[in-house]
This record gives sequence, structure tokens and C-alpha cells, in this order.
Amino acid sequence: MNAPSPTLSARLAELVRKPFFWGIVAILLLLVVNLLKDPTYLAIRVNPSNGNLAGNVLDILRASAPILMVATGMSLVIATAGIDLSVGSVMAVAGAVSMEYLQNAGAPSSLGAALVAIAMSIGLGALLGTFSGLLVAKVGLQPFITTLVMMLAGRGLAKVITSGQNTTATNEQFRWMANGYVLGFPVVFLLAVAIVLVVILVVRRSALGMMIVSIGINPRASRMAGIKPAGLLVTVYALSGALAAIAGMFAVSSVMTVDVSQTGYQLEMDAILAVVVGGGTLAGGRLSMGGAAVGALLIATLDKTVVFLGVPSSATPAFKATVILILFLLQADNVRNLLRSRRPRPASLTETVETKASVAA
Amino acid sequence: MTAPEPVVRMTGISIAFPGVKALDGVDFRLLPGEVHSLMGENGAGKSTLIKALTGVYKIDAGTIEVQGTQRRFHGTADAQAAGISTVYQEVNLCTNLTIGENVMLGHEVRGPFGINWQATYRGATQALTKLGLGHLDPRRPLSSLSIALQQLVAISRAMATDSRVLILDEPTSSLDAAEVEQLFGVIRRLRDEGVAILFVSHFLDQVYAISDRVTVLRNGQYQGEFLLRDLPRAKLIATMIGKDLETLASLESTRSERAAARTGEPLLSATGIGRKGSMEPTDVEVHRGEVVGFAGLLGSGRTELARLLYGADKADSGSIAIDGRKVALTSPVAGLDNRIAFSTENRRDEGIVADLTVRDNVILAVQAKRGWARPLSRREEDEIVGKYIAALNIRPANPNMLAGNLSGGNQQKVLLGRWLATEPELLILDEPTRGIDVGAKAEIQDSVATLAADGVAVVFISSELEEVVRISDRIVVLKDRAKIGEITNGPNVTAQQVVELIAAHGDGDLPDGDDPGDNHPDGPPGSPTDRLRDGANDGAPTTEGVPAA
Repeated sequence: MNAPSPTLSARLAELVRKPFFWGIVAILLLLVVNLLKDPTYLAIRVNPSNGNLAGNVLDILRASAPILMVATGMSLVIATAGIDLSVGSVMAVAGAVSMEYLQNAGAPSSLGAALVAIAMSIGLGALLGTFSGLLVAKVGLQPFITTLVMMLAGRGLAKVITSGQNTTATNEQFRWMANGYVLGFPVVFLLAVAIVLVVILVVRRSALGMMIVSIGINPRASRMAGIKPAGLLVTVYALSGALAAIAGMFAVSSVMTVDVSQTGYQLEMDAILAVVVGGGTLAGGRLSMGGAAVGALLIATLDKTVVFLGVPSSATPAFKATVILILFLLQADNVRNLLRSRRPRPASLTETVETKASVAA
Repeated sequence: MTAPEPVVRMTGISIAFPGVKALDGVDFRLLPGEVHSLMGENGAGKSTLIKALTGVYKIDAGTIEVQGTQRRFHGTADAQAAGISTVYQEVNLCTNLTIGENVMLGHEVRGPFGINWQATYRGATQALTKLGLGHLDPRRPLSSLSIALQQLVAISRAMATDSRVLILDEPTSSLDAAEVEQLFGVIRRLRDEGVAILFVSHFLDQVYAISDRVTVLRNGQYQGEFLLRDLPRAKLIATMIGKDLETLASLESTRSERAAARTGEPLLSATGIGRKGSMEPTDVEVHRGEVVGFAGLLGSGRTELARLLYGADKADSGSIAIDGRKVALTSPVAGLDNRIAFSTENRRDEGIVADLTVRDNVILAVQAKRGWARPLSRREEDEIVGKYIAALNIRPANPNMLAGNLSGGNQQKVLLGRWLATEPELLILDEPTRGIDVGAKAEIQDSVATLAADGVAVVFISSELEEVVRISDRIVVLKDRAKIGEITNGPNVTAQQVVELIAAHGDGDLPDGDDPGDNHPDGPPGSPTDRLRDGANDGAPTTEGVPAA
């Protein structure tokens, strides 16, 4: 598997075996479909006055930022064999708290006020996550039920914070997060990529990743080996909450308005789908944050494609569901075995071994 | 003896699972009006045989005759239709339903308007009365009963269909002495009605108290059928572990020269540690450089005691001191912090993390001790992993392979490496050599001897008595969840002595040796051999099938 210098075809073969390979294929196919409708779909324009890039692809990247955030947190939670249904509501809470603060702050348009709003949002998101984590790890409630309750409670909390209003605020620094550009790219996308990279680095460079996966695969063996699952679980849920809060700020900063019933609505579903597209399994024990990122990009592409193709809004969910269902079918071992057995192939020994390996993977 | 026609006759039963022959040509028969025990150590094939008889597993070869007719079971329903009922170890009832509903579940009396509840409850009362449980109100919820009574309700339910064969799989494992007696009363009553009862228990005294006959299995093979009243206990134990008494007598310690080395303060000393339902209060001491063997049959408490010493389970009585300093071992983390390591007998569920690599599995405990924020560097990892792959001869020597793809013996070595990497002062090994090939076994035994020579205290648990005798300096003998004696190993100590100690203990106070006051830390009074000679008539097999040794 780790031969000294893998040939190009061997590398390709390994890429095909990665679960998120089909996610990449799906993104490309969607782009091709869009190209068929409009040959200039992929065109990227440069705004002559400020050098900023613009075009459909940039829109997709911008839209993917919040999904990237929640999918990253979700991939960690799912790796522990848990689930976090509260991320969409936490997004609304973070949006509500930042908008409400900026509306009422002493110097609402200062950089300081923006930073305080950001800190408050992330802090509150992490706090809500910690609470879920404690209920799961210490009280022993099921993650699904715990975060389902937090999903309802979070939406309610957001409404309490804004007294049920869709609060609006003005603060150019805060807004820059969504609408600014650096090096021609939207800030929001660069921030999202940077945060994902930092999380990947921390998780992979520390022993956090190994321990999370270990708990997800075999919690009893992990406990016997001296791992304290409680602390890890709380950390993971807190991180998921904090990342959801960042996603919430991304979502509200472009319009500087929090819509307490729509901000982050059903984003937990997008995040779960992104993780599973990227190779995660709800049984836990698999962690692929890169895969989750591919999944997030796919969801964003899909959302934009639905709009671009003019799919009637009533049919949108069905369309989205169909695409994802096809993708899951392609990933399913049973279906792949079925397709493989239909395809005549030379029965050389190495290929049989490879087949087995890919089934096991 | 004019044996009546057997209700069940199984002949030449073989069942193979991928890689294992679980049953190999096993014969078994059940006579009406008799209690028949099935005995054997772990992996002997007891459960497999029961599952063959209850239609859970399909048999690969052999025949099953029920009341003279040959049958093929294609599921549990077939077996039940043939009059074979089973009560499993974990009570399989619905605690949220009433007693009567549980008894009659699936056999409700139907009237023109659906279920006739009055008649159904009458039927339930009849079924309960048959077992002397007429005082129970069938309309009360099952959850209001104790586990023991629930067990009896489960038997009523099994007998509600007028079964001719009743299989009881470890029915006493969660009952206390009085409850066991109550259960035995019910069993005797059914036996007297002519029901054939298959009783599975690892409590030797209970087997002797209730059974007429015993069939012994070992490694999936039939070892013989015996009349219990003709069978001395030592002989039964010897048959279960697959050695005759002469062989056991010749197995001597190879560590005699070390026996005297134990002086001064013990590294760990446990006083009266116990846990309700799993271990009676027990004293144990372990010295540096000493190998202490825990010997006892399955269910004797050898694993339970080891778990208390590590903190895998929390003791609810007694105390543990390390180097004279009291410590609270409330969790595995506490055990590791006190430089204790525990390698579990349950490799698959509590040991190996199958989908992690060999590398991650080896460093897991070390890393857990350091905390996630202080990861080992790649170089440190390579050093540790390389060291133990070489020292323990782990094959294939590829640290990046998934641990789940290794053979059992090599997984065991990976686990040993995991614990050695934490540099423990006390290493507890629970069945480190079970289910692994001879070569790997010898390598692990050698590692244990080397560790002890380096000053590590080792607790060694194995169901293979000869292994315990060979490498231990001292043997703690356990039976029925209590320590019954301790043997300082030496040139004259043999596996036979351990067997006799287990066999002799509790011989008098039937039906069970669960009595906490029955704890003789220094062994039972009198020579065990004397007792053995009392029952000297050789337990001759009662079947034509001579035990295949």
C-alpha cells in the first residue's frame, strides 16, 4: 500500500477508493450540467476597479463557508459515534447575539464592538456545545436526544435574545467577514478554509484525532486503555458548538440581519450529509475532515445548481435528496459489488486482492 | 440400570465456523425425569451445542432425534414445536408487561372478540401453580419481582407449552443462595414430572447438588458422559481441563528457585476487597518480581478479582495499598496512574481497537496517560512501537497495519506491548494465552518470566492450570467468587493439588459454596487428598461411548 514510489495509476486507484472520490465526481458532474445549460457558467470575471474575482464558482465558494464550519465540527462528533443536531440552532443563537449586541453597543460601528460580538458568539456557541457534551458524557443521555433538545432550545433562545424580532445592525468591520475580499477571494471562504486547516492541524498533530477515533471504534477498550472519554466528548461537542457559532456569524454578516427562524435552518442535515459523503459513518470510528470538506463543497454546489437550473422551489428538496441518494448508492458496498460482478474483467490475482481491499476499506 | 428411552439423542454433531471447529462429532442425550449438566471450560462448545439443540445454529453433520423421531431444526420455532424450551442466562422477558402476559405471551387464549384476558390469566395462574408459584398475582407487573422470581416466571413461560425438554443456561449466575435453593425446588418438581432438564452452570457445587448426570466437552469434543454420584470432583475437573490426574501430578513448577525471593513489603496489598454480586471480600498480596497465578474454574472470580485490582470495576468494600500507601482504584485511569496495567481476557471488546493501526494500539495507553495535548513525537512512537514489535516478535512487523487484521496471538502481543510501554510495576494478565497458537504462547510465557526477573510484579490468570502452575511463584486459588486458598509454589507443587483444593472445598455444604463465611484464606482444613479417596470408585462412563481422550 505504501510502496516507495507509487505509479500514477496506483495513485489514481487509491484515490478512487477514497470514499470522498465520488463526492468530487458529483461536484464535477453538477458543474458539467450547469455548463450544458450555460457554456459560460465557469467563467471568472475580474472586477477592473478592485481586482476582486466574481462568478458562479466564487458564489459557490462563498456559500460553502458556513457548511464547511458545521461539517468540520460534525465530522468530529460523528467520529465519536455521536451526532450534533443542534448546530443549526446554535448558528441562529450566534447570529442573534452578535446582531443584538451590535445594535445596542455603545460604539456600534467600531472594530472593538465587532470583536466583542464575535467573541460573545463563539463563547456562547462553545457553552451550548459544552452543555450538550456534559449531558452526553456525564449524564449518559443519548447524543441524538440531547442535541435534539438543544436544537429546540437553541431556536427558542435565539428568539428570546432578539425578543422575537429579526434584529438588524450596522458594522462595516463585521460585515467585511462576509463581503470583503483578500487577494481577490471572498474573506468568508478564506476564513473558513483557514479555520478548517487549523482544526485539522490541531486534531492530527495532537493525539486528539487518534483518541476520538478510538472512542468511536471501541469505547470499552479505550476506557480500559486509560482514555477518559468524558473530557474528550465534552471537548468535541464544545468545538462543534464554537464552529457552528462561527458559521452563524458567516450567515448573518452578509445581510447584517438575523432571521431567527431561518438562519441555520436545517443546516444540521447539510452537515450530516456532508460528513457521510466524505466517508464518515454514523456508527463512529472514522474521521475524515478533508472528506467532510469535500462533502460541504458538494452541498454548496448542489444548492447553487438547484437555483441555477431553475428547479421549482417546491421540488428543491426532492431534487437534492435524489442526487445525494444516488451518491450513497454508489458508495454502498453492496451496490458496488453488484456493479463489479456485472462487469467482465480479467481475473488476475492482484486485481482480486485489490478488489478485496477496496471492499474492506 | 435400565435407562429409559432418551427424549433427545444427538449423535455425531459437528458445527464449523470460519476458522474454528466449534463442535466435532459430539454425542449427547437427555433422559426423561433427569437433570443433566453440560460442563466445560471457555470455548468447550457448551453454548454451541445448546444452540444446535434449540435450532439457532444449523448442524453441519450428525443427527438430532427427539422422542425417537429424527428432526432437522430450521429455527427456534421448530425446536419449540418439538417440545424443547430454553431459559437463557439473561432473562428474556418483557418487564413492562404483567406476569401473566409474560407467561402466556404468544399463547393467549382467544375468544370471539380477540383475546379473552380472563381465560388467559387463568391459564397463567395454572402454569405458575404447577411450579409452586400460585401465590403470585399474574396481573401485577413483572418488574415488581426480584430477578430470581423473574427467572422462575421465565421457566413457567417455557413450561406453559408443556415442553418435555427444558434447557437452563446459567440460570443461577445472578442468584443468591436462598434463591438458588428456590430454583432447585422448581427444577426437582419438574424433574419428578418427567421433564428432561439440561442444566448449564459453572458452579461445581450446584452441578453436584442438582444433577444426576453430566456430559463434559472440551475444545468442541465429547469427553464423556458420567453419573455424577460416581464421579469424584477432581476427576470431573481433570476431564474438563483435558488432563488425567497422573499427568496433573507430574506438572511441577519450573520457578521453584524464585519462590524464596519474596521478602519484605509487598508492592500491592489488598485487604477485604470485594464487589457485590461479583467477588466476595478477599485479601491478596503481590510482591515485586513475583508471578502470582490466579487459578480457578470459569466463574470462580479470577477475572473479577483482577478487575478490582486495576480499577476496571470499582470495589465496594475493602482497601488497596501500594507500597503501604492507600490508593483509590476507581477507574482504569487510576490504575494506570499507580503503574498498574491490566490486559483483559476479552480481547475483542475490551482490548484491541480493531480499526486502529498496530502503532496506535501500542501507544494508546502511553498516550492516554500523557493526555491528548502532549502527543508523542513520530520518533518516540517509532521507538516504542519498534521496540515492542521486535521484543515480542509481532508479525507481520508492520506498524501501519490495522490491528484487527492480525492473528489472535499477534493481537495479544500488541496488547502486551501496549501495557509494557506504560512501564508498569504491576502487570495483570488475564488469559493472555487463550486461543493463540503454541509458538505465540511460549513467547508470551517467556516474556512473563523475563518481566518478573526485571522486578515487575505479575498477576497471571489462565484457565490452563498447568500453565499457571508452571510459571507462578504463588498460586491464589479461587472458587465460586471467593479465595479458598493460597499455595506457595515449589518443586513439589503440582496441578493436581490445585484441582484437589478446588474439588474438596465446599464438598460438605451443598448446594452451593456462595456462603461468604466460607472463606478459608489458608485453605480448607484437612488434606484434600483424603477427601478424594472417599469417593474412590472410579467415575466410569455410563454410555457405550468411552471418553475420547
